[in-house]
Amino acid sequence: MAKVLMKGNEAIAEAAIRAGCLNYFAYPITPQSEVAEYLCWRMPEVNGVFLQGESEVAVAYMIFGAAAAGARVFTTSSSPGISLMSEGISYLAGAQCPAVFVNIMRGGPGLGGILPSQADYLQATKGIGHGDCRMLVMAPATVQEAAEMVMKAFPLAEKYRNPVMILGDGLIGQMMEPVEFPDDLKSEPTNKDEWATNGMDHRKSKTRNLVRSLFLDPVVLNNNNLVLKEKYEKMKDEILFESYNTEKDYRILIVSYGTMSRVCRTAVDMLADEGIHVGLIRPQTLFPFPEEAICKAVTSSGCKLVLSIEMSMGQMLEDVQRSVLGACPVEWYGKCGGEVPTPEEIIDLIKARMASL
Amino acid sequence: MAKAFQKPKALFDVPTHYCPGCTHGVIHRLVAETIDELGVRGRTVGIAPVGCAVLAYNYIDCDFQEAAHGRAPAMATGVKRVRPDLMVFTYQGDGDLASIGMGEIIHAANRGEKFTTIFVNNAVYGMTGGQMAPTTMPDQRTTTCPAGRQTNDVGMPIRVAELLSALVTPAYITRQTVIKPKFIKRTKKAIKQAFTYQMEKRCFSLVEVVSTCPTNWGMTPIQSIKWAEEALLPYYPLGDLKTPETDEK
Repeated sequence: MAKVLMKGNEAIAEAAIRAGCLNYFAYPITPQSEVAEYLCWRMPEVNGVFLQGESEVAVAYMIFGAAAAGARVFTTSSSPGISLMSEGISYLAGAQCPAVFVNIMRGGPGLGGILPSQADYLQATKGIGHGDCRMLVMAPATVQEAAEMVMKAFPLAEKYRNPVMILGDGLIGQMMEPVEFPDDLKSEPTNKDEWATNGMDHRKSKTRNLVRSLFLDPVVLNNNNLVLKEKYEKMKDEILFESYNTEKDYRILIVSYGTMSRVCRTAVDMLADEGIHVGLIRPQTLFPFPEEAICKAVTSSGCKLVLSIEMSMGQMLEDVQRSVLGACPVEWYGKCGGEVPTPEEIIDLIKARMASL
Repeated sequence: MAKAFQKPKALFDVPTHYCPGCTHGVIHRLVAETIDELGVRGRTVGIAPVGCAVLAYNYIDCDFQEAAHGRAPAMATGVKRVRPDLMVFTYQGDGDLASIGMGEIIHAANRGEKFTTIFVNNAVYGMTGGQMAPTTMPDQRTTTCPAGRQTNDVGMPIRVAELLSALVTPAYITRQTVIKPKFIKRTKKAIKQAFTYQMEKRCFSLVEVVSTCPTNWGMTPIQSIKWAEEALLPYYPLGDLKTPETDEK
């Protein structure tokens, strides 16, 4: 298919349809409302379901109900809205139902702002819901990658019977870039006969299914949590990251994701023109985190310092720290009010830190 | 000779966890009879609430989903929108539906979602141990209003059926009770009517069932029935509040 110029939010919407997801429930919130504005006319075109719910709380349970009935389903929201959905995400994880959540992050806490940020890193990767609840988190850096990640997210959610999150910053949602939808990423929903509540007449077994997260017997609940834990560990098979300029020797390694990583990449290129080599690792999955790749990038070079550069107040820092296993110091740099640090700022920072190494 | 009376197929033959004098068992049976009579067990999905009836799936034999507190109407919306061919019912208590889940039930009713809600109103939180509900009567004592509900402080009890009937969207909204055999028959008829409207893809339907909670009311089952009749029914009058036919006139 030819490339088309699309806004990130619209590409995310179209990608879901191309992936075979024809069910969307959502509540408007800036900066991702274009997804709903696109799907309100596009879903009927493909005989899909579009419904604007009364709140993010309700939407999370519309997603849960639809997912539990065996349908492929997704929603999109932004930071405060995801907070409201987090209760439902925990229920989905507890009951082992697949669904895709897209968070186009804005600044916080509270109402924060409507400009881009990466301030929901910890929420997405460590605290998405109460209980022992985790989910696979993918972070796109381009509109093309956002579309591809959305398309990959559905089979992954179904494979693990767990929610999957696409964590993009406001820029990913708002900017226009050329995008091409790969036809070969369309997939069919997995066989849900064993667990979906779609009416027992519709299953070969003719026995009923229960979708539940209540296990009053402590042994049974512990066993359910062990099953979940095993899945979360298995998700390491899905780790994705990109290394940039790591083949040369470097004294500083940058770890950065999403839009922020693109700025860092520009800074790396500009520094390389001056003969200064800086490595860059861009995690594409944030949970699970590419800790081994970061460790290797530090230990297999003359790296003396790692910088975690984020549009948040250092939320990824601890993940980077535990990845390097104390091999060298890890520092944070970033902004989180809606401004994106410029390549020049990164270059100045790196030159200043170089001088003191 | 044909059997004149037997256990519905949609009801498991097990003892329930409900307290003596609780009416959940009766209401479960009426739902199960309706499912049997309409022949829809194989395409019915129940949504269990948070509250005593969270374990309804241990007694009613069909597919079930278990909701968070108050969210059953949102889940039912999700199921029904993606699978309109399924029969979907939520089974919710008054703490679940009228307090934490008021937003979800109003909006589902207003959208005219084609599912059925069985709303069991016993004027108290049951499972959490007898706290005040939005439906608790004036001066009724609970563990969070030990001196009785003070209406100057927390307002009057909410009449859910009347409130939902005020919505302009066509719906079937009725209030029944199961405290006497004649009322049980009417409740059964109402539940079957509600399911039938759903089958016909006509409208949202809600059957409020005024119920008892001897344990949390601190009464015997017989005292509970008397109190329900004397204290609850005058405030929660029985009958159809809204039908799609009246709306169509």
